[in-house]
Amino acid sequence: MTEYVVLSAILFTIGATGVLVRRNAIVVFMCVELMLNACNLAFVAFARQHGNLDGQIAAFFVMVVAAAEVVVGLAIIMTIFRTRRSASVDDASLLKY
Amino acid sequence: MIAFWVLAPVMVLAALGILFVRKAVHAALLLAVVMISLAVLYAVLEAPFLFAVQIIVYTGAILMLFLFVLMLVGVDASDSVVETIRGQRALAALGGLALGLILVIGVGQMSLGPVFGLDVANRGGNIEGLANILFSRYVVAFEVTSALLITAALGAMVLAHRERLTPKPTQADLAAATVKAYAESGAHPGALPAPGVFARHNAVDTPALLPDGTPSELSVSRTLMARGVVRTPPRDVERHLEQNDPANDRADSRADSRADDRGGDQ
Amino acid sequence: MLALHEEIPVVDPSTADGAFSLLWLIIALPLAGAAILLIGGALFPKALKVWGHVLGTLLPIGSFVISLVLFLQLMGRDEGDRQVVQHLYDWIQVGQLDVGMDLLYDPLTSLFLLLITGVGSLIHVYSIGYMEHDERRPRFFGYLNLFVAAMLMLVMSENYLGLFLGWEGVGLASYLLIGFWQHKHSAAAAAKKAFVINRVGDMGLSTAVMLAFVTFGSTSFTVISHSAGDADSDVMTAFGLLLLLGACGKSAQVPLQAWLLDAMEGPTPVSALIHAATMVTAGVYLVVRSNFIFELTDAARTAVVIVATVTLLWGAVIGCAKDDIKKALAGSTMSQIGYMMLGAGLGSAGYAFAIFHLLTHGFFKANMFLGAGSVMHGMNDDVDMRHYGALRKMLPVTFLTFAMGYLAIIGFPGFSGFWSKDKIIEVALAENPVVGVCALLGAGITGFYMTRLMLMTFFTEERWEKDVHPHESPKVMTIPLIVLAALSVLGGLMLAGGWIEEWLEPVTGFTEEADPAIPALAVTGIAILVVAAGVATAIALVGRREVPREAPQDVSLVTRAARADIYGDAINDGLVVEPSRQLTTGLVTLDTSVIDKVFTGGATTVSAIGVVLRRLQNGFVRSYAASILGGVLLVVLALLAVNLA
Repeated sequence: MTEYVVLSAILFTIGATGVLVRRNAIVVFMCVELMLNACNLAFVAFARQHGNLDGQIAAFFVMVVAAAEVVVGLAIIMTIFRTRRSASVDDASLLKY
Repeated sequence: MIAFWVLAPVMVLAALGILFVRKAVHAALLLAVVMISLAVLYAVLEAPFLFAVQIIVYTGAILMLFLFVLMLVGVDASDSVVETIRGQRALAALGGLALGLILVIGVGQMSLGPVFGLDVANRGGNIEGLANILFSRYVVAFEVTSALLITAALGAMVLAHRERLTPKPTQADLAAATVKAYAESGAHPGALPAPGVFARHNAVDTPALLPDGTPSELSVSRTLMARGVVRTPPRDVERHLEQNDPANDRADSRADSRADDRGGDQ
Repeated sequence: MLALHEEIPVVDPSTADGAFSLLWLIIALPLAGAAILLIGGALFPKALKVWGHVLGTLLPIGSFVISLVLFLQLMGRDEGDRQVVQHLYDWIQVGQLDVGMDLLYDPLTSLFLLLITGVGSLIHVYSIGYMEHDERRPRFFGYLNLFVAAMLMLVMSENYLGLFLGWEGVGLASYLLIGFWQHKHSAAAAAKKAFVINRVGDMGLSTAVMLAFVTFGSTSFTVISHSAGDADSDVMTAFGLLLLLGACGKSAQVPLQAWLLDAMEGPTPVSALIHAATMVTAGVYLVVRSNFIFELTDAARTAVVIVATVTLLWGAVIGCAKDDIKKALAGSTMSQIGYMMLGAGLGSAGYAFAIFHLLTHGFFKANMFLGAGSVMHGMNDDVDMRHYGALRKMLPVTFLTFAMGYLAIIGFPGFSGFWSKDKIIEVALAENPVVGVCALLGAGITGFYMTRLMLMTFFTEERWEKDVHPHESPKVMTIPLIVLAALSVLGGLMLAGGWIEEWLEPVTGFTEEADPAIPALAVTGIAILVVAAGVATAIALVGRREVPREAPQDVSLVTRAARADIYGDAINDGLVVEPSRQLTTGLVTLDTSVIDKVFTGGATTVSAIGVVLRRLQNGFVRSYAASILGGVLLVVLALLAVNLA
């Protein structure tokens, strides 16, 4: 049981680091998805541990919301790409001092 | 357990790979590896429904969506190795390491109690059990999620929509433009010849023949030409026919020559 | 050796009735005049230009008439029955403080009323002519009436608080009148200087009033004079010294004397009325009226004597070196008031003579000031005596009347000043030889500088400026001169038969000096000789020699000091003004660089922190994500710490 949660933690950390390190917007998004998946794993593991299905329902909802989020997020990335011709996260850096 | 201990290193390595690969497509594929491994783990954790949904929805839909967008954006897009923000790599490494350590140690300190297992909950079947609580306890969340999905679809349509800034050119406009281009720069007004026309061989890699018998380079893909896999079309058609059909009589050959005359006249 | 009286008279008045019920009218008339002239100046200015000055003159004359009537009435009463009080209304009733608006009329008051209203009316008449060409004449008369009303309040009040009201009123009127020609910067500055220095004295008087309330529970003369004997002697000394401080301010005694010479910036009638005859004598009045306090404290009286002696010499020395005729007369005033204060400080032996000299000085000094104004009128308002000379032929009436005043002030036998000054010198010699010798010396110096003034103005050769045509003044100005000259001559009659000592005895008590060391006649002889020596010196130094038109620069140290008012201004600057300025500058610096800096420093610190912190906002999403990760780390740590601890 603990090993699943540890694995989830490790995946989450890797996803978080990826958000910080990668510059391509789509890859950053993929790392976010990785984080979500890590949470899903934790949910399911705890569902099994507690003996009820609430964790699995939660994981299910996470998936649905992730799907909606990916749709909108990728649409945004595409729109930005159309106008700026660049998919790098560092290019949108005007909100600075 | 075996499944876990086999898949866990795979997943971790794949995840690390997402961090380090240069091409975005490779990252997407590595994510697919992670997701499918997760699906198997769900199955191990007595969540067969989620196992299926993970593969269908996550890997099958969401990841494919990623790949489509990647293709639109440019599959060649790759990050440079040089980091532009000062100290970002160090911060990221430090932060990641710290977070990972804290979480793992914290989890290690916790005692999670006995594992009940899902035998009781899954007694009527996993899907039935999920359906039971989904439509009783979580029905409001369910409804709200449906609204969310509709909103997301609409949002995507709105965001991806391109408004025409100029009026759509009609057929007449297109035709006029073609003729104008021909008048100004001698660009060919017609369509490109299809491969194998008059060459008696309509494979993609056989060029068409121009009226004077020379092959037309416009009729094959430039890629094939660049690769050097374009065939030479047969030069002497009549000889080819005679050689291949000795049973044909003079009537046929007269008819053929008359047909040829006609074809030549025409 | 200051003699102590066996019995100190108390103020024990009876209620005013009959003619005395008109007491309030004496003050009310000029007060109404002031109100009409000042307020009317805004409402009906054109009408006031026509008859404003007439109204302003008639009202003080009315007060004089009533004062005369009441004086005669008082003379008709028995000696023990000569104190009358009139209660006008309850003024202040707060807690235990119960002050009424009460007017006291006794022999001392009666003399002062006659002086103020009489000489005041003459000066009002004179001002009609003197201020004829000034378009703000109605306002001038309004201020003069205001002054007269305030001065009357001062001398008629039955309690210290009412006296203080009048005191402040005359201070205000003095300020307004000195700075009457507001457009002149020097006049405005002089008015301010007079007011500020007077304020220092006023602090003394107001503290004395507070002390009176604390000690006696009342500020009324009646109450205090009855219970003064029971009070603590230290309290009495403090009281006396505080009153002395107030008197110094108002009467221009050392150390608060620096304002008097600058006050000559005001029009000449002002100098005559306020800074010669009446206001500056208020200090003497205060000391004499408070005799029931001063009799109980040796220390305060000694202080009075010392201050008076120093001042009478100080003023005399200043007067010797001034070329401005009005400033010379002002120095003389300072010196003569020193004589009066000396008389007052000598206790019950000298009060009467102090008042006597006050009255005669009022006559001859007002006379001389108005004469100086007449001379200035004829010399195009030039005050420099070096531009005068040989005016006795051109201004005969002025010369003759001025000469009467001159003879009075030097103490020529027979004139009023002779009798009054002589008496003071006698008493001074009897009490303390050093003080007496100083008084004699002062008399000699007086002879010197007054003769110098006369010679430079009326004798010696003509030193007039171009287009100056000296001419006699109109009748409206010369008639008051004549009246005052007559009083300067005949004023000595008040001493005849010891009338004035007897008259004032119910108020001040009187002690005859028993067997003086030097007989009175000898003192008189010595005094005459000393004065003659002074006069002769002046004739030798000034009359025989040619008077230079420009003041010579290489003069003796004493002359230089005298020209600079014996460095009175420099001392004030050094002791008070400069330290105050330093203190103010220091406080301002403290405020701006320390206290303000705390706030601006806080702001600067915040903005500096901001400058450093805003580098976090580099616009890159990934560094913001790193910050978020840091935050997540902290939250997780906190959660774990709480849950696992």
